[in-house]
Amino acid sequence: MTSLLEVEDLSVGFRTRRGVVHALSHASVTIRPGELLLVVGESGSGKTVLAHTLLALLPRNVDVSGSVRLGGQELLDLPPAELRRVRGRRMALIPQSPASSLNPVRKLGGQLLEAARARGLREKQARTRLRELLAELGLDLEFIGGRYVHQLSGGMQQRVVNAMALVGEPDIVIADEPTSGLDADLVDATAAQLREISARGASLLVITHDLRLAERLAGRLALLYASRIVEVGPTMSFFAGPAHPYGRELLRALPEREGKSIPGLAPELTALPGHCAFADRCPDRFDRCGESIPDLYPAPDGVLARCFVHAER
Amino acid sequence: MLSAEAITKSFRAATGRLVAIDRVSLELECGARLGLVGPSGSGKSTLAQIMAMLLAPDGGAVRIDGDRVDVWGVRCRRELRHRVQLVFQAPRVAVDPRLRLGEAILEPLAASAIMPAGAEERAELLQTWAARVGLTGDLLERFPHEVSEGQLQRACLARALVVRPRYLICDELSSMLDVSTQAALLETVAAIQAERELGVLLITHDRVLADAWCGAVADIRELSTRDEAEAVAVAAQSRAGALNVLLRGGLRRATRP
Repeated sequence: MTSLLEVEDLSVGFRTRRGVVHALSHASVTIRPGELLLVVGESGSGKTVLAHTLLALLPRNVDVSGSVRLGGQELLDLPPAELRRVRGRRMALIPQSPASSLNPVRKLGGQLLEAARARGLREKQARTRLRELLAELGLDLEFIGGRYVHQLSGGMQQRVVNAMALVGEPDIVIADEPTSGLDADLVDATAAQLREISARGASLLVITHDLRLAERLAGRLALLYASRIVEVGPTMSFFAGPAHPYGRELLRALPEREGKSIPGLAPELTALPGHCAFADRCPDRFDRCGESIPDLYPAPDGVLARCFVHAER
Repeated sequence: MLSAEAITKSFRAATGRLVAIDRVSLELECGARLGLVGPSGSGKSTLAQIMAMLLAPDGGAVRIDGDRVDVWGVRCRRELRHRVQLVFQAPRVAVDPRLRLGEAILEPLAASAIMPAGAEERAELLQTWAARVGLTGDLLERFPHEVSEGQLQRACLARALVVRPRYLICDELSSMLDVSTQAALLETVAAIQAERELGVLLITHDRVLADAWCGAVADIRELSTRDEAEAVAVAAQSRAGALNVLLRGGLRRATRP
């Protein structure tokens, strides 16, 4: 099947006072139509930067190289007007914190309609569409429309931003940390909604550090460490046994497994080593790990892993 | 022992009184690790702030090693406040953005008897605590926006411990962190807790984490001494409570298609 989104050799660096922060190095991923891809990693590993690059939401002090194609169209050098036509209609974002991404001083009805009109819907069409969408999410447009964001619970706010993202019937929805700060009930609800979005046929890119959410959403998983993809493959293979030592140690840190931390810290993004970035913390380290950066090698079960252990296979 | 006895607290809200907690009692022993769980809006953070003497309750009493607290907030005796320390949920908001990490860690000691007079001793004290929570290199010279959330939370932990408390309340210490950073932070707390006989109250919405890390776990909804009928009546009155009830009903529908 052909790919919907193709990210190829994408590198993003921020020029800062302390030097260039290499937020993303040579990342390549593809998403097929209707597929769900999870991007997992600790804070500072480059996950949010990936989402923001796809949507061209990066600040000015940034250098981007590589290629991002949506349905064959290159997005990185698209003029702003063209980009606006892609954003929201073909590609939509569910932002990290619904409470702070909605306007606090406007009623939600106006904000929802504005989002729908920006996707090219007429007033009447927009109302019908929003009413249907919200009803599917268990909300009523009239009830929601007359309220301000602070008058809704966290779960309702989440559903409002989901509706906003879906109103343009995008080919791909990007959800950035959809569960951060939510309690167990809301995580359940969010997971169910994300699965529903996926079931409607949209591709889904979920950025998260929540491993439990990842396990429940299944699909495919890309694990990021220190700006690089270190493992990519079916989510279920990852949870059954990660191919990369970092993945394995990360799962051991889950409180329901061993709750054991990985010794040491991830390298600073301003001073990434010229060898495997995990080598200094890796229990399986051998000589070659300190010499060069491993490629993504094929591991069992259709997984690719950036570890020399798999190089000899 | 740090004890909360039948604590009640309500807030003014546009829709009337919002009852955050109603006659909640909790006891934390020295050297114990107690977990406190409950959904958002159930009053966990309110109870934490009252037990740390930052917020005055409407009713009930807080006792620290037998001493009853009767003045709250900044006017409370410093010696008493130092005995119970709170690590807040969001380190980015909890730390003054204009202080370097090193300054932030020593800030609670300003003008206190524990603060060493000489610059050298101060630097030594800072180094000791920084090493203890795993802050190395030039991190102490950086501003909060120049470090990661995990590193900043480590500084907040050091900041709470530097006044040598007997009880430490961690309010969602790690909910924003990835699992490995969370495990590392909790390993640090566990080591210091064991060494200093610290009583630790770990507030979290992650039941799995609480069960794994704590000796005992309490659900805030079960700590109230009021009966069930009353609880429902209160929930119906309070906005947070009502939303929780509403939401749980709604979620069951959402999760079971």
